[in-house]
Amino acid sequence: MLELSAFELAGKIASGEVSAREAAEAASERVEAAEPEVHAMITPTPELALERAERVDERRARGEELAPWEGVPIAVKDVLSTRGVRTTCGSRILENFEPVYEATALARLGEPVVVGKANMDEFAMGSSTENSAFGPTRNPWDLSRVPGGSSGGSAAAVAAGEGWWALGTDTGGSVRQPAALCGIVGLKPTYGRVSRYGLVAFASSLDQIGPMTRDVRDAALLLSAIAGRDPRDSTSASAEVPDYLAELDRGVEGLRVGIIGEMMGEGIEPGVREVVERAARSLEEAGAEVGEAHLPHQEYALAAYYIIAPAEVSSNLARFDGVRYGMRVEAEGVHEMFRRTRGRGFGDEAKRRIMLGTYALSSGYYEAYYAQAQKVRTRIIEDFRAAFSRFDVLLSPTSPTVAFGLGEKVEDPLAMYAQDICSIPANLAGIPAISVPGGLSEGLPVGVQLMGNHFAEATLLRAARTVEEASGFRFEMRP
Amino acid sequence: MEVKEREAYQAVIGLEFHAHIATRTKMFCGCRVSYGDEPNTHTCPVCLGHPGALPVANERAVELGVMAGLAMGCEVAPRAVFARKNYFYPDLPKGYQISQYEEPICTGGHIDVQTSSGTVRVRIRRLHLEEDTAKNVHVGTSGRMHGSTASLIDFNRSGTPLMEIVTEPDIPSAEAARETALRLRDILRAVGASEADMEKGQLRCEANVSIRNPDGSLGTRTELKNINSFRFMERAIERELRRQREIVASGGTVRQTTIHYDPEDDEVYETRSKEYAEDYRYFPEPDLLPLQLSEEWVEGLRARLPELPEAMRARFIKQYGLSEEAAGVLTVERELAAYYEEVAAQVDPRQAANWISGDLRALLNESGLSISECKILPGHMAELIGLVQSGDLSRSAAKEVLERSFETGERPQEIVEREGLGTVGGDELSGIVERVISSNPEEARRVREGDRKVVGFLIGQVMRETRGNADGGKVREILMEKLGS
Repeated sequence: MLELSAFELAGKIASGEVSAREAAEAASERVEAAEPEVHAMITPTPELALERAERVDERRARGEELAPWEGVPIAVKDVLSTRGVRTTCGSRILENFEPVYEATALARLGEPVVVGKANMDEFAMGSSTENSAFGPTRNPWDLSRVPGGSSGGSAAAVAAGEGWWALGTDTGGSVRQPAALCGIVGLKPTYGRVSRYGLVAFASSLDQIGPMTRDVRDAALLLSAIAGRDPRDSTSASAEVPDYLAELDRGVEGLRVGIIGEMMGEGIEPGVREVVERAARSLEEAGAEVGEAHLPHQEYALAAYYIIAPAEVSSNLARFDGVRYGMRVEAEGVHEMFRRTRGRGFGDEAKRRIMLGTYALSSGYYEAYYAQAQKVRTRIIEDFRAAFSRFDVLLSPTSPTVAFGLGEKVEDPLAMYAQDICSIPANLAGIPAISVPGGLSEGLPVGVQLMGNHFAEATLLRAARTVEEASGFRFEMRP
Repeated sequence: MEVKEREAYQAVIGLEFHAHIATRTKMFCGCRVSYGDEPNTHTCPVCLGHPGALPVANERAVELGVMAGLAMGCEVAPRAVFARKNYFYPDLPKGYQISQYEEPICTGGHIDVQTSSGTVRVRIRRLHLEEDTAKNVHVGTSGRMHGSTASLIDFNRSGTPLMEIVTEPDIPSAEAARETALRLRDILRAVGASEADMEKGQLRCEANVSIRNPDGSLGTRTELKNINSFRFMERAIERELRRQREIVASGGTVRQTTIHYDPEDDEVYETRSKEYAEDYRYFPEPDLLPLQLSEEWVEGLRARLPELPEAMRARFIKQYGLSEEAAGVLTVERELAAYYEEVAAQVDPRQAANWISGDLRALLNESGLSISECKILPGHMAELIGLVQSGDLSRSAAKEVLERSFETGERPQEIVEREGLGTVGGDELSGIVERVISSNPEEARRVREGDRKVVGFLIGQVMRETRGNADGGKVREILMEKLGS
């Protein structure tokens, strides 16, 4: 059972061949076995998983038709609100915070069999999951290496079989990069495709919830569960949700694929580049037209991102002040209480970005930084528009490197930020992007990134499926 | 003072209003808007600023904000952007207030204000939408945070829809400022955008007060906070203007500060010095899409605008032949105007205006009741005025009937019948006149001889006999007839 994909498992649960309870137990056993080494979870929830699984089984026994994703155990990044289950965002400041409501994306799964709240960089800020207040997660492929971040816990949980799939969030690559480093599929949908209600905001204009799965089919299935308009999120799109599974095997005949020149040069490890080139060839062999695409303002994307995201962070994290929930350090006077609570509650990276963002929004600097960054953002959107007038899908590495060593980049924030160099543009433009394993380099997985136009997830999934099939890479539980 | 000095130090005043928008639910969530309910009973993850909760703009609040703007002749932006105003305070659950900054929903427009020195046009700079904060309650002190033993927060108010209305500094006097506030209140009530009751905190005002120096340059302005009644508004501004004039006249300079007015001793105090401006780090709210307001939608609202106080005042003057003043009084409150129109349809409109703007309003003011709480129905009011008009009830008796009816809600006719307050007339009155003539032969003779001065005496005698329940004109008529002159 542990080797099945989520799609296959769901089929067996629906037919009664496997009970949801059995699946939940198997997942929880895996959690117990793998956690001491991997530490993918902040809060394992075996009782909750069992309780929900039993309800799924009861409903099936009553003759109710189950949705095609129900009963499949899932790991949930600890930045998504779970009613009554602590939601820490990887931060001390929310160590004991239990939300009173459920995030929409989770609620859409019906009776989500949550096996645990997955580890993450504090408030989703980081590319290695080393910024978690609860200790780092290790990469199941090599326990001395990072799983990527910030959804490193979700990625490691899937790679280690602690859940059949996971939900992550992606603000600058936080679903795709850890998926790439852990050898799984990670999809960042179009901004607005999935409701952000209940997602504790990092940078509201960039955040998007995405599936992290064993294969492309599972990603299509999980996306179809969570996508769609939510009246509680006014930025969520009312565009119709296509049948992603039905589209999946249509192939790539005639699809125009552009390799992004600016993402294949300096700074990209040769082994990574090779895998991406191989993916391009396999698409071509499957009938796609492959050419070279350009994003001329790509070199400014990182800089713009590291203004806009911290600016929103400085505002979004202001609510953690010790007044209503979470941690409070008592002190004389309310401002001193704020100061001490935030001083002790937040980690270094959160503080760094709060300060950066506060500075960038300050009067006198707003024009020079925030407004300028928004102009760059507009240019990048225009770059993509131009590129999509020639190509249906753009191709690049997901991450410039394979998984790096724990502690290797901790002291060098800029080197850490550079991890997101290929993934950030999609967030700035709000377009969908997927990372699919394309093969190995130095024995470690390499992610291939495919980007599409707004709401073109179905096309992306088709292309990703083709890369996946040609790569010869198959999901294998580790360690 | 010192007319000269006043001219030299001409007042330059701008007002900022915050008005609660009259919606059923909050600005960005479905919680009920309430006043005075048990604390923290109308809250949800959104208005408590819980992690992950997202705002959704209240369409009705947008509609009412636009209607208020249209009523003041504002331009409605085709696109309005919500922005975050960032600052830390315990009553601000998200650490920022959702407001509008660079792209407000309405700009331009004006309010015309009548003052003792003529009409003043006060231009509106902007009208924008925002949410209210929660309410701090400080325990153990006089209500201030400093030195209190604990602070409690009531989040019922958190997220209540507000509109902020900012005028240009066009206001030349404290009187004009007060009139501006009153006219604004009338407009907001007329369009149903706000109940705008200052005492209930539904309308809050701040005044930016400065004076023009003798050389024509503009002085430093101070910010007069927490003005919570129309009465104190004028006094507070007057007091602050005097302070500024005194400072400048004695060679000093006005500091940029926040000023607090204490009505107890009619004194103003600096509350904090504003040496550096607070930095709110505004930026566009990424959780809300910009409002897109189509022309058709705006025109639809414009078509739904009710008759505004100014137009109604003009109509009352024309249609009912009222004085400027009476029309002004009757159109301040929408309900009062409607009441008046119902009465005016049945009796002489000018008489109706006299009774309603005079005696009835005096009774309302005394009792603290609003017209909608008044027990005298418009039909009864008309009946009462009708009795006076037909001469069946004297004016003084009518006042008595009005007071009784005001207390009990009884029909005037019933009171008149029961109490025997009706005018003495016909044969009875004739008889009384004859009796008076025969018991005052000397006076009667003098009238017959043409001495008109004693007519009044005889009328007075008749009135005394009828205990005032006779129509003076009628008595004179009968008297003259009987005395054959």
